[in-house]
Amino acid sequence: MTQAAATATPATRERPTPILEARGLVKRYGQVTALDGCDFELLPNEIHAVIGDNGAGKSTLIKALSGALIPDEGQILLDGQPVRFHGPLDARRHGIETVYQDLAVAPALNIADNLFLGREVRRRGPLGSLLRMLDHGRMVAESRRHMQDLKIGIRSMNQAVETLSGGQRQGVAVARSAAFARHVVIMDEPTAALGVKETHMVLDLIRKVRDRGLPVILISHNMPNVFEVADRVHIQRLGRRVAVISPHDFSMSDAVAIMTGAMAGEEVASD
Amino acid sequence: MAKVTPAERAEAAPAEAAPSLLRRALALSTLGPLIALLIAVAFFTARSDRFLTGGNLSLVVQQVMVVGTLAIGQTLVILTAGIDLSNGAVMALGNVVIAKLAVDSGMNPLLAIAVGLLVCAAFGAFNGSLVTGLRLPPFIVTLGTLNIAFALTHIYSNDQTISNLPSALTFFGNTFTVGGTDITYGTVLMLVLYVVAWYVLRQTAAGRHVYAVGNNPEAARLTGIQTRRLLLGVYTTAGLIYGIAALLLIARTSVGDPQAGATDNLDSITAVVLGGTSLFGGRGSVIGTLLGALIVGIVRNGLQLLGVRSIYQVLITGILVILAVAVDQLARRRQAK
Repeated sequence: MTQAAATATPATRERPTPILEARGLVKRYGQVTALDGCDFELLPNEIHAVIGDNGAGKSTLIKALSGALIPDEGQILLDGQPVRFHGPLDARRHGIETVYQDLAVAPALNIADNLFLGREVRRRGPLGSLLRMLDHGRMVAESRRHMQDLKIGIRSMNQAVETLSGGQRQGVAVARSAAFARHVVIMDEPTAALGVKETHMVLDLIRKVRDRGLPVILISHNMPNVFEVADRVHIQRLGRRVAVISPHDFSMSDAVAIMTGAMAGEEVASD
Repeated sequence: MAKVTPAERAEAAPAEAAPSLLRRALALSTLGPLIALLIAVAFFTARSDRFLTGGNLSLVVQQVMVVGTLAIGQTLVILTAGIDLSNGAVMALGNVVIAKLAVDSGMNPLLAIAVGLLVCAAFGAFNGSLVTGLRLPPFIVTLGTLNIAFALTHIYSNDQTISNLPSALTFFGNTFTVGGTDITYGTVLMLVLYVVAWYVLRQTAAGRHVYAVGNNPEAARLTGIQTRRLLLGVYTTAGLIYGIAALLLIARTSVGDPQAGATDNLDSITAVVLGGTSLFGGRGSVIGTLLGALIVGIVRNGLQLLGVRSIYQVLITGILVILAVAVDQLARRRQAK
């Protein structure tokens, strides 16, 4: 992450190596072309929003980046190196974590169990290796640290997740991703299931994740949210990237106009 | 916040810990069944002199030994949000296979036991592969395999009860004496199985995954848990446990009986539900199941000592099940508020 800290703001002309990049992605479903030569570029230290109308290929793009599907053509580069993801687990092994909109936590399990689900820590010595005993103490302590890092104020890590509010639950999911991601956190509509106050809590979390040096890809339908937190906005239309804009230089209605084709995207690409 | 000194924080901690310990105890799903068990024990102790004696309690545990063992497998399956209607029939098949191989085919008893366990585990794996491979509901799958196992048992045994078993098969019916009370090796085996199941569910990653898969399968899959492999493992393990129950049944009855276990599937579900495990999966504990099995055993035994007709024992068991689930649901709804 030292590399991320050293880079200038994303708006400068001299671009650092993108953390995650896609070139000319194509994905066809029978007659339908979901991605039609789509490019994508995530720079260090930014919140990169992806917006687009329904059917623009937004979710197909995200699935390709998170390993949930394999594109027919095109290339994905992680830290400048070409990679091929054979599944979500493979992308995760490359340090890309995804937060889903539908609160992908197990409500009856406690916070520590959820944070370490699928990545449990065993005890040292024969208890762990032979009897496969889990190190509950360590997982609880580390969970507390991760939650405190993001300033999510929850006292007990032994609390069942179902006793938390929707925002706090999403906080657990964000903390899990931030704890284990090495390169990128992808957030797929992380606020779709939340109320206004909770949404702002999660937006704050997204900023904190970025400030800790992890770039974030944010997929959202909610324009005010996008314009509030994003450093750059990728606009997807008809299976391609038509513009990358800075929310400081463009209004929400401009973004919508580009999204729907009312304004030509190529003219406004911000660099 | 910034002004809190470490000393102040240290002072605040124990005050916080006490109510949280109490809250954790109250949230424990086994607390309800434990209280119910203690009430039942207190009631029958007051009403009958013969109830609270070592001999009688040892008898109760022996009576719940078979269903109690089946209920361990049932708990595993129910925790994954499944259900297993076939366990009694699978046990009967294992029971007949072991007895017939050892007696009619003259196979070495230990080998016969191994084959019986293998047959039951294979049946569990069959259940599991239908649930994960064809993605059929566990209720339907095990309703089917219940009939298949039942039919196979009767075809294989020719409807004959197999007796004159070699003594090696009934080892777990033998007793040892502790403080004047005879205890069978079978009850010890059942209790050991409970401890092992508790350990695996509480203390290992695989156990946490069982809860996660039952609670939110999609979330479990997204965190990288191989949900199908886990389910297959759960059903296969359950099958193996039914095989052990078959061995305990042989030890208890000293015969291979094709008619055995006809209602044991429902009795094992009763124990699981009385033990506070949710039929929707992801919540509960195997210790609760042990308590549930003991509650049924103690109520039946106690009523018998009081001279109540056996059909009333069934009636009361039915009422207990509804009561247990109702209390559990009410508590959960209050917690959710």
